[in-house]
Amino acid sequence: MDSSASVDAILKVDDIVVRFDTPDGILTAVDDVSFGVKPGEFLSVIGPSGCGKSTLFNVIGGLLSHTQGNVSVAGETINGPHKSIGMVFQEESTFPWRSVTDNVAFPLELTGMAKRERIERARHFIKLVGLDGFENRYPTELSGGMRQRVSLARTLASEPKILLMDEPFAALDEQTRLLLGDKVLQIQQELKQTTLLITHNITEAVQMSDRILVMTYRPGKVKRIVDIDLPRPRSSEIVGSEAFGRYVAQIWADLREEASRGMRDEEDHALHQHDGAAS
Amino acid sequence: MTIADTSAPMRRHKLGNVFPAAVGLGSLVAFFVLVELLIQIGVLNRFIIPPPSEIIESFPRVIVEEHVVARFFQTLTECLTAGVMLTVFGVAGGVLMHRFKLLQQACETWIAAMASAPIVLCYPLFLVIFGRSAWTIIMMGFVSALPPVILKTIEGISSTRKVLVNVGRSFNLTPSQQFWKILFPASLPTIFVGIRLGLIFALINVVGVEFLINFGGLGQLINEMAERYDLAGTYAAICFVILVSVLFFMAVEKVERWLTRTD
Repeated sequence: MDSSASVDAILKVDDIVVRFDTPDGILTAVDDVSFGVKPGEFLSVIGPSGCGKSTLFNVIGGLLSHTQGNVSVAGETINGPHKSIGMVFQEESTFPWRSVTDNVAFPLELTGMAKRERIERARHFIKLVGLDGFENRYPTELSGGMRQRVSLARTLASEPKILLMDEPFAALDEQTRLLLGDKVLQIQQELKQTTLLITHNITEAVQMSDRILVMTYRPGKVKRIVDIDLPRPRSSEIVGSEAFGRYVAQIWADLREEASRGMRDEEDHALHQHDGAAS
Repeated sequence: MTIADTSAPMRRHKLGNVFPAAVGLGSLVAFFVLVELLIQIGVLNRFIIPPPSEIIESFPRVIVEEHVVARFFQTLTECLTAGVMLTVFGVAGGVLMHRFKLLQQACETWIAAMASAPIVLCYPLFLVIFGRSAWTIIMMGFVSALPPVILKTIEGISSTRKVLVNVGRSFNLTPSQQFWKILFPASLPTIFVGIRLGLIFALINVVGVEFLINFGGLGQLINEMAERYDLAGTYAAICFVILVSVLFFMAVEKVERWLTRTD
């Protein structure tokens, strides 16, 4: 664990262990994971499929209970969803029955804010994600990338101390993903938003992060934390730089072994299932 | 692109709206003309199926002499009452069954079985309980139409995407907020499928019981016309039943659009 980061961290994850009871026995999804995120920092957690990234996302967001360990925000231990943490999900999560404005105003509505005021606030966040002009549209009238921006604006409207994102652009094409990465960077820099991004995309992680936490394949442990020393403000143009390429290669070297293990494990599992079905 | 070019898609769009409706109406007219023709040349027996022209001619007589407007409103009121009751109790029942899993496990199978049971045969029991009154008809319509509304409500709530529920959880919603702000609006389209199905069942049973107990609106009129062997009048009365059905569907569609407003 990076102790220098955890001393003044706003989000602290200490010795988290998550085990599931499965028909094949106890499965340890996350094993002894510890790290901290400093205020205003952008930290990405990267790992191969099946390394427990999404489990970690749900634990930090308070949607899943952990077997051991502790998650705290500004010193306060959290045991469930917490107002300081705003979550953006991988799946499309806008409310189809609400317009863009009403979607973004959703968390403000919960606080009892007056309608006029919350619409004004919602418009501010809609503008922030670059969707001005689409305020009265419904999610069915928007593209996948625009819908994810609505989800992002909705979460930002709740003004969380920590923005927690689980592969928010995974379903989008590479070009849209890079451009939305720019947008997230711009917002993060403007709001000085502490952000924790869960991703399996190396380019996305290097493009946006101050540090990248590389996880091992099952059970998910911290393999390494890489400091990304690229100049800010950044944009997607940075992907062409030599330093960027070096970071991508370095992280891929770490991930390759883990991803290969994951692939072999999946193949063994499929073979085992096939043999079981044949006998 | 020229001005003429830009107006072309709009013209096509307008034509696109009118054309299907015109084809639908044209098919209906063509069907009636064909039936008329088959009856006139003796392929179809006019004592079983009256010619459409005779049905049209019988309309003024049915309206003036048989007080069809009053009967129409009586059937409409009975259907509306049954419809409101089945929406309130059906949706509430579905929500309760979703909330209490034991209740759902205990009752869902027999409610599904009830949906396909000929409940209309229980009308003597309802006559004993409610007497020969509109309430017998309303309750028959209500009870027979309840299962699809309950089942579709359970289906709608259960099939709400997990990510939407998680969004609610991430915003720390109370169980009541989670239901009213996420589960209920997310399941509204499926609930409306149940309400539409329920209204079909309710209308069939309302008219059927009116016919069976010879009481009330259009069902009674159909019964009387059939007993008088006034086939044209019988079919004219059936047209009014279809009108009730059409009105109901238009009303439900409007309410659904107003509540969901996704386009």
